[in-house]
Amino acid sequence: MATVLTINGKARTVDADPDKPLLWALREDLGLPGTKFGCGMGLCGACTVHINGVATRSCITPIRQAAGKPITTLEGVGANPVGKKVQDAWIAHDVPQCGYCQGGQIMSATALLMKTPKPTAEQIDQAMSGNICRCATYLRIRAAIREAAGLPAESASA
Amino acid sequence: MSASVKSSALDRRSVIKASLAAGGAALMFDARIAVAATGKPGSEASVLTAFVRINPDNTVTIGAKNPEVGQGIRMTLPMIIAEELDVDWSQVKIEQTLLNEKLYGQQAAVGSTAVPTNFMPLRQAGAAARAMLVNAAATRWGVDASTLTTASGKVTHGPSKRSATYAALAADAAKQTAPDLKTVKLKDPKNFKIIGQGKGKGHVDVPKIVKGEPIFSIDTDLPGMVYAAVEICPAFGGTLASFNADKVKGMPGIIDVVALNSGNNPGNVNDAVAIVATSWWLANKARADLQVSWAKAEQEKVTSASLEAAAQDALTKPPASAIAKKGDVEAALASAAKVVKAQYSYPYLSHATLEPQNCTALFKDGKMEIWSSSQWPGLGLGLVTRATGLKQDDITVHMLRGGGGFGRRLSNDYMLIVSQIAKALPGKPVKLIYNRTDDLQHDFYRAVGWHDFTAGLDASGKLIAFKSHYVTSGANGRPTTAADLPPTEFPVQLLSDALLGGTYIASNVPTSWMRAPGSNAFAFVYQGFLDEVAVAAGIDLPTLMLRTLGEDRIVPGGGGFMSPPFNTGRAKGVINKVVEMAKWTGSKGSAPGKGRGFAFYLSHAGYFAEIADVTVSEKGKVTVDKVYIAVDVGSPIVNPINALHQVQGACIDGVGQALSGLKLSVDKGAVTATNFHQYPLARIDLAPRDVVVEFLQTANPPTGLGEPSLPPVIPAIGNAIFAATGKRLRSTPFTADKIV
Repeated sequence: MATVLTINGKARTVDADPDKPLLWALREDLGLPGTKFGCGMGLCGACTVHINGVATRSCITPIRQAAGKPITTLEGVGANPVGKKVQDAWIAHDVPQCGYCQGGQIMSATALLMKTPKPTAEQIDQAMSGNICRCATYLRIRAAIREAAGLPAESASA
Repeated sequence: MSASVKSSALDRRSVIKASLAAGGAALMFDARIAVAATGKPGSEASVLTAFVRINPDNTVTIGAKNPEVGQGIRMTLPMIIAEELDVDWSQVKIEQTLLNEKLYGQQAAVGSTAVPTNFMPLRQAGAAARAMLVNAAATRWGVDASTLTTASGKVTHGPSKRSATYAALAADAAKQTAPDLKTVKLKDPKNFKIIGQGKGKGHVDVPKIVKGEPIFSIDTDLPGMVYAAVEICPAFGGTLASFNADKVKGMPGIIDVVALNSGNNPGNVNDAVAIVATSWWLANKARADLQVSWAKAEQEKVTSASLEAAAQDALTKPPASAIAKKGDVEAALASAAKVVKAQYSYPYLSHATLEPQNCTALFKDGKMEIWSSSQWPGLGLGLVTRATGLKQDDITVHMLRGGGGFGRRLSNDYMLIVSQIAKALPGKPVKLIYNRTDDLQHDFYRAVGWHDFTAGLDASGKLIAFKSHYVTSGANGRPTTAADLPPTEFPVQLLSDALLGGTYIASNVPTSWMRAPGSNAFAFVYQGFLDEVAVAAGIDLPTLMLRTLGEDRIVPGGGGFMSPPFNTGRAKGVINKVVEMAKWTGSKGSAPGKGRGFAFYLSHAGYFAEIADVTVSEKGKVTVDKVYIAVDVGSPIVNPINALHQVQGACIDGVGQALSGLKLSVDKGAVTATNFHQYPLARIDLAPRDVVVEFLQTANPPTGLGEPSLPPVIPAIGNAIFAATGKRLRSTPFTADKIV
């Protein structure tokens, strides 16, 4: 069955079970593997995309629910000036270690800064608490978000 | 698939030569082989050694030989080659090599060994390629090679003001005989331009990662690829009794169902049934309709409670075997002015890499091609040959970036399983992915352990006797994999009267190396108990450590990276440094509810002293405010920014082991946790506000950094909680219920 999705500004048709999670449609059917599989239960954040600009876990979002709504993935988030700033800050701080979670981190960070351009330290931790980084790059995630937001550095060591 | 998985000319040429040259030699890194394996000079690019190819635009392609799982080694090792090759970093392109241990030596992410074992051979390999370029210029210009200089990928003859790019010399250089590595001229480290410079270099893969480029193993995408999910026997060691796949085979998208029997299974992997489909989501979903029964009655007797009971019983008896015995510990304890006793324990842990285990394989025309993020693909290759009957030379292994390793990918179960599925489906590339429950329930775990300690102090407060009984899983008088306690565990190697004994209880739960194996548990129990000893002596732990360490000397180790020689001067160096960094005057916190804790550990040849500042709320919630870390891993630090990140990341990994509630339970011979709600990895709110690191850069050869900063932070936090609350936590994780 065909489902039409609007991804990174383009209409894309997926011929799959409408219950298929958006994550697997992106990875298997649409050639967009930047969105990662981590847990399948919305617990780790590796699969985070934006739907209507809101950070959403694509592993628990069936494509029938995503149809007709604007979806942004990591591959398209750089077209958004906030997303581009976040990506650049991630490079400047050399945030990733293994890098597997970082796409989801960038999507959550971009959603935060789109809604709250100058977050407090507590708001950063709260907004990012749904994204696990197993390498524990958390100091640099905080630092890169601060830089993308134009906030002063919290410490010299990240 | 991205270009990174295609076999390169560099590899194809050198593989043939090396196979001839090496003749199946052992896995020792012999840089001579890698250097001798030159290809023919070509018009497009010239292969100088197995590691170096000079491109027509005067960029150089450098082979990265080791698996990358987030430790930064894909940068670190090429940086060493580029330094001696004498090119600018901006000229360098990095290309992952294929698996070929005959050519490259060990290709593994294990034991923080990559830098110490490769530093000098890769300097020589880079210098050899440079010498070949210099010799080519000397021949062309008819001058003595000693009159030539190099910089930024150019050879220059000062007196005649001639110069040539490496690209212009490459074809001639490839005809040069490789120089003797023992005498090849190396740079004076004071002239290094890449190694150890400034803040270091951000990882080349970061721009790809932030844009979502498909560089991870799980991103492997091949024409006609199919997907596999596996239903694995839940109880470790159980076997497949029967299965019925009739219903599954009729479902949309399902291609085949394949039984995987461990009878022909050398990898300690359970029996399983694989469902192959046009979509992984469909294959995984179909598992619910697979009828399968397992023979697992004996294994089902193992539970967390049965293991705890067996351990407690063992602790009431003398140790079954001796690990280390020095002098007469009982006499020394009898003479002690004060005796301190305590028991410590810790649970099974899972590695829980964020990228679940996965692997892709294609069996075609009698040959197999594998795409994997294994940390030790050579071991996987061995398993595959034994399981499939294929010869090693008929198997090609591509090494892809792994989404975390932490030791999980030293086990190659996924490679073994997918090779069997692929062999059953010739011509079809098969991508196997574990779901999160499979990943948590079919790991090779950090072992459980219980330690009973007795220490004796003399009237002056000096530590004079130490006795411990260690209980862990094992069989036939041996602990299971990675559960060995080194006979040189501090402070045993420094005392005249000490006894370490072990008892190994039966468990079907498989164990293996997890980041800082052994150390991640032993540091907690030994430095936690020694903090108790220090309190009993009326001093703080840094003081007890410095007094026990005594004068500067090197105490022999027991061999291997788990038990290296112990340099008391280097230990004292980091202890004194961290005390200075943190302005430590004792464990008392700056306010009620606050405390400071110290710990030292030598792990993987790295000397680490750490101080944690914590705040404990009235409800027992622990916040680590700041961690100070003093590091001695010798010098130089190849890539300073990566080194800092490894130290900070491993430290916060340890904070998670201490505080986020990680503890696996066993029931019916199986691990019960199904996902991250039951295995709560550290999240951002648990991270300290700052982790301050200083590298001493002593005049010792450089050692690795993937692991050693993790172990000491756990006891540092436990000791800080004691300072803040008076509660001594003798088991991990440190949960609020143990504090209030």
